[in-house]
Order: sequence, then C-alpha cells, then structure tokens
Amino acid sequence: MSTEAHGEEAAGLVFHPMDQFMVKPLFGGETLNWYTLSNATLWMGLTVVAIIALLVFGSRGRAIIPSRIQSIGELAYGFIHKMVEDVAGKDGLRYFPYIMTLFLFILFSNVLGLLPLAFTPTSHIAVTAVLAMLVFLSVTLIGFYKHGLGFLSLFWISSAPLALRPILALIEVISYFVRPVSHSIRLAGNMMAGHAVIKVFAAFAPLVLISTGVGLAVTPLSIMAITAIYALEVMVAFIQAYVFTILTCVYLKDALHPHH
Amino acid sequence: MEGDIAQMGAFIGAGLASIGMGGAAVGVGNVVGNFLSGALRNPSAAAGQTATMFIGIAFAEALGIFSFLVALLLMFAV
Repeated sequence: MSTEAHGEEAAGLVFHPMDQFMVKPLFGGETLNWYTLSNATLWMGLTVVAIIALLVFGSRGRAIIPSRIQSIGELAYGFIHKMVEDVAGKDGLRYFPYIMTLFLFILFSNVLGLLPLAFTPTSHIAVTAVLAMLVFLSVTLIGFYKHGLGFLSLFWISSAPLALRPILALIEVISYFVRPVSHSIRLAGNMMAGHAVIKVFAAFAPLVLISTGVGLAVTPLSIMAITAIYALEVMVAFIQAYVFTILTCVYLKDALHPHH
Repeated sequence: MEGDIAQMGAFIGAGLASIGMGGAAVGVGNVVGNFLSGALRNPSAAAGQTATMFIGIAFAEALGIFSFLVALLLMFAV
C-alpha cells in the first residue's frame, strides 16, 4: 500500500480507499510479528465466536417447534448438507464437516466485515490462499488415496479422439493447478473490490461541506450509491461463501469420481 | 523524471487492465441470460440447475478478477 500520510486535511476528510485493508497491531506499536494480536486476529476470533454462539445456542433448545436461532442453525446445516450431497454425491458426505466449517467461516467473516469500522479477514489473499491450498492439497490427497494412480485418468479424457487427448491432458493439468489460484483470488478480490468501491463513494459523500454548488448534487447521489452497493455487498458476501464451498464440492467430486 | 514516466506507465496499465472487467461482465451476463431463457422454457428443471449456474458465473467472473489483480499489482507492487 502507498506510504503517504493520509488523514484529515483542511479540505475535509481525505482517505485512501485501500487503507481499510491494512493489518495493524491492536495494542499500539508498529511491528507485526507472528504472535502480535492484530485487527485480523480480532475479527477472525469474532468470526469463530459468532459461529460457536450460533451453533451452541441453536442446538441447545432442541425444540420441536424451533426458535429463531434454532431455525437459522438448522437452515445452514440443511443447506450445506444438501449441497454436498447434490454436487459431490453420497460418498462426499464423509467430508461434510470440513465443508460446513469452510462455509460458515467464510460467510461469517464476510458478513461481519460489512459492519462499519470492521476488518474483513477474507479480503486478504494470505487468508484465502491458505483456505484454497488446504482444499487443493486435501482433494489431491483424497484422489490419490482412493484411486492410486487411477486418479490421473482425470486428465486423460477417454471420450475425446485419441489424437486430441495429449493436448487436452496438457490443458487439464494446467487448469488443475490454476484451481487454487482462482479459488483464492476470486474470494479475496470480490471482498476487496466491493469494500474499496464503498470507500470511494464515501470519499465523495462529504463534498457538500467543501462546495455547495456541485456538492448539493454529488452528496445525495453518493450516499444513495453507498446504500445500493452495501445491499449488493450483503448479497455478494453470501454468494461468494456459497461459490467457494460449491467449488470445493466440485473438486471433491472430481477426486472421488475421476473417470470421465 | 524517469520514475515519473514509469509510474505513469503503471497507471495507464492499471487503467487498461480494468477493460478486462467488461469481458467478465459479458461472460456473466451470457451465463445468466442463457440460464434464464432455458429456465423460462422449462421452469420445473430450473431449480436443479441453479448450482451449475453459480459455478459457471464463478468461472466467468474469476477471469475478470484476474484483471483486477493485474491492476492492483501495477498500482502497488511494481
């Protein structure tokens, strides 16, 4: 990120739209070590606390007529369970706990990151790359464990003409290794881009304080734009968690049934 | 002066990279449009295919996100 000083200036609030993604130590100080408590640590911790709270309070009552929180818990469970079963098949249900964990972590950190002054852990490629690499490694290991070298038939498309198969195999291998890259960048890029757009419009919002001429038109427009994009971001937060998990299910299906 | 020209090149490159978003927009619109036209012909089959639509959107959108990444790299890493 740029190193110039951003902050309050005479002409109103001036801030850089990417400033919100800076990882800062929570309790003062400048240096970040691996043990430093930073805002990333705080919001990941809050994410985990929120998930535990949802599932503990949701499953405590076990009422036949569910309370509101129990309904939400059951809805989340059923939604992911059905998705794994539909996409990865019955034998993919063994890996359901991992996929449920992934979905809830990404969904809650996306949604909590939408709170004002919050920090979104999933907007950092460092976070999403770890999630995507874990998926990639575990799916590859599962494939080799279940099928041995037969897993390589994923790259050898037997329905294609023989002359085309080596070329297709090369393309398949490349696309297989690009998977963790696109998997992680899609989530981080979406979260980062949406938050940066909100901040760009937020920079236009106080224009009425500077010039009453243009500002009278620009300020209401940008406030409406912030509202609209915020609503879009709530949707994107859910859709990106959904997309990440459903792609995990697709990769898992490839590992469990590699034969075309 | 030379640094300024290099920075100008990076800025122009970042702007050019954002043209890639248009491609992603065309791709995502294509996926959803075709899904809708199919779904309106046979609404009973639509519910089972929404997951496939989202996978298609994700693949189309990833390439647009790559252009965003190129812009970010030019702005902050080069």
